[in-house]
Amino acid sequence: MAAYKPVVVQACPKLGERITQDTLYWRGYKTPVQIKEFGAVSKIDFSPVPPYNYAVTASSRIHIYGRYSQEPIKTFSRFRDAAYCATYRDDGRLLAAGSEDGSICLFDVSGKAPLRQFEGHTKPVHLVGFLSDKYRIFSGGDDYSSKLWDIPSATEIISYSEHTDYVRCGCASKVNADVFITGSYDHTVKLFDARTKSSVMTIEHGHPVESVLLFPSGGLLVSAGGRYVKVWDVLKGGQLLVSLKNHHKTVTCLCLNSSGQRLLSGSLDRHVKIYSTTSYKVVHSFNYATSILSLALSPEDETIVVGMTNGVLNVKHRKPEEKNENSQKKRQPAYRTYVKGRSYMPKQEDFCVSKPVKRVLRKYDKLLRSFQSSKALDAVLEPPIMLHTPEVTVAVMQELHRRGTLRSALAGRDEKQVNLLLTFVARRVIEPRFTPVLVIVADMITDIYQPVVGQSAIVDKQFLKLQQAIGKEIDYQEELLEVLGMMDTLFATFTKKRDTCLEENKSNGVTEIIETNRNY
Amino acid sequence: RFSLSTAKTKGGDNRFSCVVCHPTEDCIATGHADGKIRLWRNFHHKKTYTYSALHWHHDTVMDLAYSLEGTRLLSGGVESVLVQWHNESSCQKDFLPRLGSPIECISMSSDGVLCCTLHTDNRISIINSNLRFSRSIQGLIKSRDVKTGLVVDPRTKALVLNGEPGHLQFYSLQSDQQLFSLDIVQRQYIHQAGLKQSDLVKVAFSARGTWLATVEESEEVADPELQLKLWFYSEETQSFALNTRINTPHDNHITDMCFRDMDELGDDSLILVTTGRDCVFKVWVMVEYSDPEAHQSVSWSCDFVGSYHNYQATNCCFSEDGSLLAVSFEETVTVWDSLTWDLKCTFCHPPGNIRNICFGRLTCSKYLIGATDYGFLCCWNLLTCALEWSAHLNVVVLQPDPLSEHIAAVSWLSKESSLFVFKPSEPWPVYIQRNLCKEKILLAAFVPRDEPEMISSEKYLWLRKSQLFFLTDTQELMTLSTKSLEERLTPSSKQLAVEESLPVTPFSVLLGKHRRQQAQEDTDLGKPVVHNKQEQASPAVKELLHTPAHVLPSASFLCTIFINSLLISKENKSAEEVADEVEMESEKAEDESDEEDVTAMEQEDTSHMELLGEMTCKLSKSQEKELRKIRKMDYSWISAF
Repeated sequence: MAAYKPVVVQACPKLGERITQDTLYWRGYKTPVQIKEFGAVSKIDFSPVPPYNYAVTASSRIHIYGRYSQEPIKTFSRFRDAAYCATYRDDGRLLAAGSEDGSICLFDVSGKAPLRQFEGHTKPVHLVGFLSDKYRIFSGGDDYSSKLWDIPSATEIISYSEHTDYVRCGCASKVNADVFITGSYDHTVKLFDARTKSSVMTIEHGHPVESVLLFPSGGLLVSAGGRYVKVWDVLKGGQLLVSLKNHHKTVTCLCLNSSGQRLLSGSLDRHVKIYSTTSYKVVHSFNYATSILSLALSPEDETIVVGMTNGVLNVKHRKPEEKNENSQKKRQPAYRTYVKGRSYMPKQEDFCVSKPVKRVLRKYDKLLRSFQSSKALDAVLEPPIMLHTPEVTVAVMQELHRRGTLRSALAGRDEKQVNLLLTFVARRVIEPRFTPVLVIVADMITDIYQPVVGQSAIVDKQFLKLQQAIGKEIDYQEELLEVLGMMDTLFATFTKKRDTCLEENKSNGVTEIIETNRNY
Repeated sequence: RFSLSTAKTKGGDNRFSCVVCHPTEDCIATGHADGKIRLWRNFHHKKTYTYSALHWHHDTVMDLAYSLEGTRLLSGGVESVLVQWHNESSCQKDFLPRLGSPIECISMSSDGVLCCTLHTDNRISIINSNLRFSRSIQGLIKSRDVKTGLVVDPRTKALVLNGEPGHLQFYSLQSDQQLFSLDIVQRQYIHQAGLKQSDLVKVAFSARGTWLATVEESEEVADPELQLKLWFYSEETQSFALNTRINTPHDNHITDMCFRDMDELGDDSLILVTTGRDCVFKVWVMVEYSDPEAHQSVSWSCDFVGSYHNYQATNCCFSEDGSLLAVSFEETVTVWDSLTWDLKCTFCHPPGNIRNICFGRLTCSKYLIGATDYGFLCCWNLLTCALEWSAHLNVVVLQPDPLSEHIAAVSWLSKESSLFVFKPSEPWPVYIQRNLCKEKILLAAFVPRDEPEMISSEKYLWLRKSQLFFLTDTQELMTLSTKSLEERLTPSSKQLAVEESLPVTPFSVLLGKHRRQQAQEDTDLGKPVVHNKQEQASPAVKELLHTPAHVLPSASFLCTIFINSLLISKENKSAEEVADEVEMESEKAEDESDEEDVTAMEQEDTSHMELLGEMTCKLSKSQEKELRKIRKMDYSWISAF
């Protein structure tokens, strides 16, 4: 003997991107704050210590912003020409920056005038960074050289001139105080050890290198240049692990999130892509208004800051975690109520009586089970169900139609209910998944309530609305059919030019896609 | 008394459908076609009778039954709800809803503890006195219409066809049991006449039985509500789980569906083809999700849509190696390459639409067979693209044997069905059986045997690897047996020996009594009763009586066996005399066996079941096979009592 089967509510798969944990996580940011800078934002760097201020290098200035401030809390503007690559030291107290005239300035975060100035590069310096022992600075310039400086004495320790083009990016290893890497427009990434006189490793990227990044472990190296992002295994002597081509313009900046699980890349194609570092698949992507030059993520992923070519700084803050769980949480029965008697093992002579599982039926199902058609329809016409889950309402209507009782369920309603019903039908009848059922419903309503048309202004208005909606939809479908016809002619002309057998497939496939588009 | 009550009806809708007397009081309950139950009292006084009505059923009351004390009245009808009325008042009633199918008969056991209901779908439910469902006895479920065809599940070798409404039944031919019933439509079935119900119309299995494709549609002609469902067999739960549901796969009715069954390539290359009356055929393929976190790893989606001059697609069929797909469009058969989906060639045999197509197998794989509704059977050679031979034959069913080259064609010619078995390479048939049966055969299926059978006769060589089953339009399931009647009956003498050792059950006691009675009657009539006659007759009669009632063949079929078993070759009685005598006897015997079965079921149902169980387990395999061969399902026969 079968039990009552509840009404099947047809779930429609959501079209478009699938919602994953990642999309939920990366969507959890507020609407961005836009700050206008003086020129293209070439570098953004977060202070590694709280309160996580960030330094923004744009044109000839370096602005330091607080976490939620929209105005810079501090400005370094002592540059004659453009400043580059303002970078914090690990303790967040010193800031180094290169400049167009070839000098490197070292600032105290609290001071204004530079503490030290390192002269030696003959051309603009686009790369400055601290080694992890905090006492040395490495730099790279457009004079093809990369140099190592001692902070206390402000002198040059060593100079490497191995690159054959501008050195534009680099980074220091966090695990070894002597190791740093530089990327250059000569398509190579070189790994230097401060203890040796020459580079230790050279990696051929294949395109001018715009950005390099070392994983916190120091074992993996990521380089970006051209449209490619490439991941290399340093410990295996620079073996290529994976090459990612997800942008359609030059990738300009790279960044890791705080956990090291996700890699972010920004590009001139206005996209920021987020990759999983285990599968190297794109898990999410952001769109921006203009080409992206720089990108930074604060510790704990609280803030995403993106710098654009038009000088706009785009700051996104994370939404605070929703705390309403605590307030709404009801007092649940104690844990032991659930486990009570569960661990009891029946003895051999015990007689086991199985308790039937209580099935919970929705209200409309209970009514349908007892064949109360009108009441079941009333139950699904209640605003919460009708507004949020229209598929339930439509499913019940379909079930009633199947039972042949839809007409009697629809009949005998007062003005308010008819109004409600018509509002629903007029709004949803154009949705393809509901159309077949709601057309029948609309048909029946007009049949039943035809004699009373003209008695109520509200109902008449709804009827007109329904007529409008259907008329619009018919026009739209006709237009689509015209487009389809045009495309068919186009495909027909294609077919003549090329091999027939291949083309037949394609045209069939494409029309199929168009048809499904029309249907859904 | 009955004539009195019929005279008092008002006519019209309230026709009598059933009548039952109160066990103790002067009261009669009658059921009517309008769903009312009327209670008539005081019948002894001609003028002063009164009646009251109970009304719950919305359709005809099929049967009524009083409880032992007469305090409770049970009624049942098309709604498939058992209603229990207390004290003959309309306010106090209990229901046992959703019994599966309309109730035809209700019967109370003599001690009043159990009650059983007979349903239209060839099933008996046993219900406790407190209206709790206890168990059901069922074999092959009779459905309203077998639309799915006879399909063989490759895993269990069970026959798969429509069962309960919206369900698919897996029926094991070996054990005569329903293995399980798969709910395909998953919707509450409303038992009410005149409703447009949706039901299962097409079923296809993949070669290994891991995938099952089903099509369900509502009965509406204009705008059928179509759903294509794909089910995956999960080894863990040992059942099919829904994988993909496609709403409206075609704009009109789906006419045919088949999987490309390629054993060696595994399930990744599975392709499903559906043909529809909307003039296209569609190819469905599996799509794998790249996302490892996704709930399912695969789903199905449409890959290719093909059409031919806007003709309705009627049949589809894959060649044995899966490289070619044949789709028939009204009068034309088109052959497509399954890799590139190019149209390779077309065949046509005007006039007449193509009714069936199939590819030859093994050595005959270069042939394509088609049957037209104009009465032609054509065989085309795929290598030369020419007609090899054709025959004038009104083929209704065309069924290729999956294990050999043979193809069975069943023709229907004015009131008789004939069977032709042929190889596509030869235009003359291997086997012909004219006048197979009087009913129209609608479906056929080859069921692979567990082990190839040793067949001496040249004529039946084609039945070596698989067995042929037919379903007629009266829903009788038949099979073709290779042995003659005597051969089939001999092993049952061994069965007799087995039965002697069985414990004495009420059923066997009853049987013994009847046998004694029969012998007495014979002697009373003064017939020359010879002992060896009884011995001879016993295997056939035994078998007749010991086969479960619901699997016994029809009376017309049993008659010949019975006569043969009673014939005494030495005596030179005139043939007519013997026939007359024996026919009378056989009828009587059958009636007896009917009664026995019914009473046994009612009284001692459990013991009956036990008996059957013991019997079957004690039979050797060969004996079982023999038994099976003469089994035929006859529903009209069982519903007659």
